[in-house]
Amino acid sequence: MLAKIGQSTALTIKPIEGIANLSRRGVLAGAASLVLGALLPAPPTRAQPVGPVKPGTRVPAFLVIGKDGSFKILSPFVEGGQGINTGMAQMIGEELDVDPARFAVECAPPGPDYAVINGLRMTGGSFSTRSSYMLMRRLGATARDLLMRAAATRLNVRPDSLATDDGQVVHAASGRRLAYGDLADDAMKLAPTEDVMLRDPATFRWLGKPVPRLDVRAKSTGKAIYAIDQKVEGMLYAAVQHAPHLGTEATAIANEAALKAMPGIHGVHRLPGAIAITANSWYRARKAAEAAEVAWSAPPANGFGAIAADYSSPRMLAALKASTAQAITAEKEGDAEAAFAKAAKVVEADYDAPYLAHGQLEPPSSIARFNADGSLELWLPNQMPELFQSVAAETAGLPQEKVILHSPMLGGFFGRHFVYGPGNPFQQAILLAKETGKPVKVLWSREEEFKRDALRPLSFSRFRGAIGADGKPTAIQVRTVGEGPLGRYFGVGANGGVDSSAVEGIVEKPYAIPNRAMEYVRFPHPVTIAFWRSVGHSMNDYFYEAFFDEMADAGKQDPFRLRMELLKDKPRHRQLLETVAAMSGGWKRGPYDAEGGKRARGVAMASPFGSETATIAEVSLDGAEIKVHDLWIAFDPGSIVNPAIVKSQVESAAALGLSATLFEELVYDGGLRQSHNFDDYPILSRASMPQVHVEIVESGAPMGGVGEPGLPGVPPAVVNAVAALTGRRIRSLPLSKAKFSS
Amino acid sequence: MASIQVNGTRYEVDAEAETPLLWVLRDTLGLTGTKYGCGIAQCGACTVLIDGQAVRSCQMPLDGVGTSEIRTIEAIEQDPIGHKVVEAWVAQEVPQCGYCQSGQVMAATALLRQTPKPSDADIRDAMTNLCRCGTYNRVAAAIHQAAG
Ligand code: FES
Ligand code: FES
Repeated sequence: MLAKIGQSTALTIKPIEGIANLSRRGVLAGAASLVLGALLPAPPTRAQPVGPVKPGTRVPAFLVIGKDGSFKILSPFVEGGQGINTGMAQMIGEELDVDPARFAVECAPPGPDYAVINGLRMTGGSFSTRSSYMLMRRLGATARDLLMRAAATRLNVRPDSLATDDGQVVHAASGRRLAYGDLADDAMKLAPTEDVMLRDPATFRWLGKPVPRLDVRAKSTGKAIYAIDQKVEGMLYAAVQHAPHLGTEATAIANEAALKAMPGIHGVHRLPGAIAITANSWYRARKAAEAAEVAWSAPPANGFGAIAADYSSPRMLAALKASTAQAITAEKEGDAEAAFAKAAKVVEADYDAPYLAHGQLEPPSSIARFNADGSLELWLPNQMPELFQSVAAETAGLPQEKVILHSPMLGGFFGRHFVYGPGNPFQQAILLAKETGKPVKVLWSREEEFKRDALRPLSFSRFRGAIGADGKPTAIQVRTVGEGPLGRYFGVGANGGVDSSAVEGIVEKPYAIPNRAMEYVRFPHPVTIAFWRSVGHSMNDYFYEAFFDEMADAGKQDPFRLRMELLKDKPRHRQLLETVAAMSGGWKRGPYDAEGGKRARGVAMASPFGSETATIAEVSLDGAEIKVHDLWIAFDPGSIVNPAIVKSQVESAAALGLSATLFEELVYDGGLRQSHNFDDYPILSRASMPQVHVEIVESGAPMGGVGEPGLPGVPPAVVNAVAALTGRRIRSLPLSKAKFSS
Repeated sequence: MASIQVNGTRYEVDAEAETPLLWVLRDTLGLTGTKYGCGIAQCGACTVLIDGQAVRSCQMPLDGVGTSEIRTIEAIEQDPIGHKVVEAWVAQEVPQCGYCQSGQVMAATALLRQTPKPSDADIRDAMTNLCRCGTYNRVAAAIHQAAG
């Protein structure tokens, strides 16, 4: 049956209408063009100034020094586990000369000062630290200079006779000391010096050191406050029941009167693609929302924001595979066709990876309140305040500056909290607050989250490798068919170009394979697709690095040694491979005997977000299941701010990568998602957690990202180890679909 | 009206008998340290101690609590074992996003109360709380540290 499905019949998708599709209200065009530049792999040099403000330079926008000796940073970024609050305190504190432990850090409100990533602001792309490192150091140094000049005036001494000491200006000659808090008012009135001196890195006390995270105690005692914990005076709680099929609407609620009579219920409401119940407690609202007998309109044809009644993951994958559409070139080097004609051997393989949910442990919520002064105030989880602000303004029919946005700490994000049209609750909260005239907090139950979370796209690539007479690969061809979130949401590749988020991890690999032909076919999904930790790298490095081992096997080469050889002109990569081999006690592939049976190892490399990784995994068979014992990861982000946080981020990314490798897939069948909660969407638990060994290599290359790069090497290292152990090549994730016998 | 004892204080609660303790704690009593993650006893984010035992409060109806003593994360440091657990959590820098950690700390406290020197296997069996940030190894290290 599947064979008959072509993209023209089974999966007719409305033509792309551009960025306006992102939300029902089509409000993102302006924001998209703003965003575009910085998300491209090589940021454009043209500046994108936002008004007269030069982002990242005005001290009072970032730093509040209290008379009581308190220090507060207003951060462009939101903390969600990646440790950016601590990093900000290190960067500013080092130059300001204040111990990072003394800072409180919060996510700043919307404003042009915070557009520090090439003229835009977001927490994502593993951009936070690398984009702000020099800016925030300079800001700290500028603030220190202002404080010293204010002190010089106050003490009537020359500025160069002054020094600082952890929050105080010191006049050594007279022994006088002035606290920053006493000087701040005067200091902020002075004009900043343009070219302040930065500290000599050799004298760093906190930068590059394992400074303790600022938030661990609050997070170990339940005191950290997330969006879900917020409450405002007089608010109603709202629960929703989403339409089972995306793109359908409620036509009737059979038991509406009975719902209204349930205890504590305030109202029954219709929203785009959902019904909502407002009540005086969330549990009461939820009970009524679940009890609602809703009739929904018939599912329309597939399109953006609409999933047809016959949509399924297998059919989508079949359509990607069957596509004969003309591709565009993603990377071309040498003459692949000629190399294939001369090849001693040709290897071919299709690889795919499923839709994935984010599964961040905090379900999404939003509070909306219309204030007496005509403003709209919002509390919501987000990775991009200005974008949410502009969409909220459009939803509420207000000018953007009338929207006050609070961005609380995130209970995990991994790409979950961008604007995803029907995938966020904040527009529902705004509509309900408008309708009821009261503040409203919408919280999605985990089940509703599983219905509307935006998903890592189901992905497919077809590989061909040419092997020369010497057993070495001479050419590689890859055809990638699918869609990436940069294309969907930010118009990357909209004019016939390549969507980098669909091909990253397949292009720009470091190996000296002389002939390369990578091509891309844009094939839109009706599904709300997402950024998901490490984006295109999350599947593409698995595809490529697993296929690399297939080429090695075909040429009878050891996969580790073949990598070393094809990287002979890449010292940075070779060093990582050598490091990871040494960490694991020397490279050995296996299978070999170990405690509890045979084990084997696999190796993989990845170059995500400006960083480099080399990963080795050790696996065995435990009954019919793959058990991963150890992951060794050598990680080179160029240079770092906090080694302890970098290590925990790599561990965390590795765990998520392993979770996706072993267990995760969100399947569509009959137009419906087949997972509803963590019972039918298993994620990595303690039972499957391996030892993770991380070594940081600081090569001194330009600073790369940290939050995501630990992930992409894990799936291929594991799959390559499985192949070494069992002889079976797993070309479709997750591994739990494959049946092994020991 | 149900009457429950939380962190040493007695509260009269106006909620339906089947209301999960989780929502009474969070929305009625304002004790938001106890988290909602799944609502179906899968993730453990909502773990509290009831008479010293780890219980997933999302599946514990209000009328099932009776006269038991409930302890939540807000009062964990007043428990001598809980205090040690928190100090170990801070020392090992366990939390990342932190959202699962209230539940992890509660479950660890219950484990150490029952098994003062747990083995790795004891930890694996008892600590079934999910962590999407993958802090499992640090959780285990912190439990060993707290066990001394
Ligand atoms: S919320 Fe209770 S176990 Fe997940
Ligand atoms: S620390 Fe984020 S879910 Fe555990």
